[in-house]
Amino acid sequence: MTDITKQTLSELINNIKTKKISSEEVTKAFIDRSEKSKKLNTYITESFDRAIKKAKQFDQNPNFDLKLPGIPIAVKDLFCTKDVKTTAGSKILNNFIPTYESTVTQNIWNEGAILLGKLNCDEFAMGSSNETSYFGNVESPIDENLVPGGSSGGSASALAANLTPVTIGTDTGGSIRQPASFTGTVGLKPTYGSCSRYGIVAFASSLDQAGPMSQNVKDCAILNEVISSYDEKDSTSVDFKRGKYSVELSKNIKGKKIGIPKEYRVDGMPKEIEELWQKGINFAKDCGAEIIDISLPHTTYALPTYYIVAPAEASSNLARYDGVKYGFRSKGDNLIDMYEKTRSEGFGSEVQRRVMIGTYVLSSGYYDAYYLKAQKVRNLIKNDFDEAYKKVDAILTPSTPSSAFKIGEKKDDPVSMYLNDIFTVPVNLAGLPGISIPAGHDKKGYPLGLQIIGKAFDEQNILNIAYSMEEKINFKNKIADWWIK
Amino acid sequence: MSKNKSEYLINRKDNQYEVVIGLEVHAQVTSDSKLFSTSSTKFGAEPNTQVSLVDAAFPGMLPVINEFCVKQAIKTGIGLNAKINKRSVFDRKNYFYADLPQGYQISQFKDPIVGEGKVILDMPEGQKEVGIERLHLEQDAGKSIHDIDPDNTLVDLNRSGVALMEIVSKPDLRSPDEVSAYIKKLRSIMRYLGTCDGNMQEGSLRADVNVSVRLKGSKDFGTRCEIKNVNSIKFMQSAIDYEANRQVDLIEEGKAIDQETRLFDTKKNETRSMRSKEDAHDYRYFPDPDLLPLEVSDEFIEKLKSDIPELPDDKKKRFINEFKLSPYEATILVSDIEIAKYFEQVVTKMGKNRDIKLAVNWITGELFALLNSKNLEISQSPISAKNLSILINLIKNGTISGKIAKTVFEHMIDGDQDPQKIVQEKGLKQQSDPKALEALIDKIINDNREKAIEYKNGKEKLFGFFVGQAMKASSGKANPQLINEILKKKL
Repeated sequence: MTDITKQTLSELINNIKTKKISSEEVTKAFIDRSEKSKKLNTYITESFDRAIKKAKQFDQNPNFDLKLPGIPIAVKDLFCTKDVKTTAGSKILNNFIPTYESTVTQNIWNEGAILLGKLNCDEFAMGSSNETSYFGNVESPIDENLVPGGSSGGSASALAANLTPVTIGTDTGGSIRQPASFTGTVGLKPTYGSCSRYGIVAFASSLDQAGPMSQNVKDCAILNEVISSYDEKDSTSVDFKRGKYSVELSKNIKGKKIGIPKEYRVDGMPKEIEELWQKGINFAKDCGAEIIDISLPHTTYALPTYYIVAPAEASSNLARYDGVKYGFRSKGDNLIDMYEKTRSEGFGSEVQRRVMIGTYVLSSGYYDAYYLKAQKVRNLIKNDFDEAYKKVDAILTPSTPSSAFKIGEKKDDPVSMYLNDIFTVPVNLAGLPGISIPAGHDKKGYPLGLQIIGKAFDEQNILNIAYSMEEKINFKNKIADWWIK
Repeated sequence: MSKNKSEYLINRKDNQYEVVIGLEVHAQVTSDSKLFSTSSTKFGAEPNTQVSLVDAAFPGMLPVINEFCVKQAIKTGIGLNAKINKRSVFDRKNYFYADLPQGYQISQFKDPIVGEGKVILDMPEGQKEVGIERLHLEQDAGKSIHDIDPDNTLVDLNRSGVALMEIVSKPDLRSPDEVSAYIKKLRSIMRYLGTCDGNMQEGSLRADVNVSVRLKGSKDFGTRCEIKNVNSIKFMQSAIDYEANRQVDLIEEGKAIDQETRLFDTKKNETRSMRSKEDAHDYRYFPDPDLLPLEVSDEFIEKLKSDIPELPDDKKKRFINEFKLSPYEATILVSDIEIAKYFEQVVTKMGKNRDIKLAVNWITGELFALLNSKNLEISQSPISAKNLSILINLIKNGTISGKIAKTVFEHMIDGDQDPQKIVQEKGLKQQSDPKALEALIDKIINDNREKAIEYKNGKEKLFGFFVGQAMKASSGKANPQLINEILKKKL
């Protein structure tokens, strides 16, 4: 049998179900490798002892009807987990232990999964390189001093380094798809309203969506099937008929119409990305899809729109971290002084930057010029997609405008950092599902991803397209375990 | 312009000023659970025992609208003859305070659930219409307690998230008396609807009072000041009186009025500045992305309309028509739903041969006096509507006199006793047997021959003496009408 940690999720499920391996063996294997991989700094909180205990319990009384029987999974530290510290990558929640469980994580435990620990991420999911975390930056297993992307950087790194068989992240403007693209893994952002936001530390409520990250498309479908559920505790959760994504997964995409938006050919896009995209178009054709040129005319406004809407919501969502009820508190001479010190010391500089941007764009006198206008543009962007979907079934784009960069390279240049999200952000603004699949390497050997964007609630379709293309692309991640001495 | 005497005007030298008042009433929605969580809203619980994770704004917690509160707001809108908006939006009002766990209050800013409406006031000089600008739903904040610990402020979040209706009037009110009538009318309507208990002591009803003044006859509004969070009608009246005079004094001195928020000091009976317009919060309102716009269908509204009970204005009309009450009597009886209910119960239980006038007199007279003296609501009345109706019938059919009835009434207080039983046990039945009364009177005339002669000789006021003697001899039970008749005949 191959090394346990190299097995895909579906292989692990099969091997556990057929009793070839126990949950305890699997759990221990991932823990052992995680212990050897501390250099990557993927974990904020390890829950290894508890995981082994749970694995033993599963083995003693196994239920093989579950979808994730005894499978250990580490999750992004943005999901509140009962009795396990949840920090959102921030000092302000450094000591916060929830008494409750997020719906998404509850869904995976209900299907037999076991929590390995909480994975590093950008502070409050604000970042594209995992450099804004209070708990230090995460390194990519792809190369030394390379960022794994963000904000679900710990998740992407842990997944690519085989420290967890699959993981879940959150995606507000690309936080699943961009790190998936940077680490040669698969990441799906489901339709807004597909996964409950209950118990997920909020960044920008109208954009946030949890989603699966995995080694391959099939695993992605399995996990999405588990985490997507209608939840009365989230008023924006949508009660649509959810498919059995893994069961209905099909490589037959003959006749599917795939749109290529001309506006995604941005100025200064590296040749490698251009070539990757063309390669993707050819693969899609090989799979039997029909390629159609489309236009999404307002794409160019997506990034500025996003950087108004998301900070605006964040500035309000983060107001609750005031030192009064829970989390970090600094001593102050009076209430205002306590607020100021708590929030200046408790939040990192990127979070503070966005809170300030958000406060500014909502201020009276600026609201109409910024927030209101951004909402109007957001509608135009949504309409662009609606128009396009009259002609096509899905849209194919690169996931990111470049491959992963070195740690520190863009840290002091927020705008250049924000540009990372240029292809992913429109999808969040329109509330659509998007999946990033690994499709090739740049000349440095770093992975590059392609994004398939679907119609609302049409996850099955983009999973099928990804599944079909995955076979043709036949991507192999080049990971040399450089961090293990 | 009305020219009645009760007009509220402020005179300075040759100038006459009128005061312009608009109210923002905060009425707590009657509901077992909060606006966006399932926590209890019961008043008076131990601090922080009615707080959910949502109310305390824990990370990742989300609001879910309580449909019952939405229904209550719509019902109130219907009661205010207002437009119900089929689509309304919840916004976040952002500000920092220790008792505001989310760092924002969920409220409705641009698109409230209820639009324009009106309320009719019954003033001594006639009816007055007051416009309603809007009604919206919002969360209450928690409570900061500054006087328990010398070094710290304590926070009680039991109120955090409780549903409030903010009812905004148009600037149509012109005097403290109109404000009083307006608050009472709003409270009455909401109590009829069961949408707010109107209990001002418990903070279920409080108001921000906007006051400005202008020269009488002027069409332009003066600069207004907002007096925050006044929680009794008396305080509202005093605050307006003080504030209006303060503003007039400033104008007379040639000074400008600053648009500002003020507080009413109930001990000193004066308003003082809280913050100026320049220091006003920028609340950064924006639609709450955790909540979808609230949409209600025509059927939903129609269903609620069909559940609306008879409201005070209609009830008053009916009382006047059906029971031939005077408008004054009807106004008193419909002012509170419990009083109206009690009255109607008495009327129903009196049966066919009912004397409504008598019932009104007994309720607004003896019963109100009793409730006042014991500081009770009519719903807590020691005498039930049933027993009061029996008592009134006993008077009506001559079993007891009105005077004896008062004695019986006193006895009834103790355990809501049946007046018939009291009359029987205490032997209070009126003596209406003419023969027995004749014998009794014969004896009195015999015993007081001299006085009888004096009477016959023209000292007519002695008639009262004989009536008194007869009543005394019968221990008050003699039918006074018969006594009168017999005495007149015999003397």
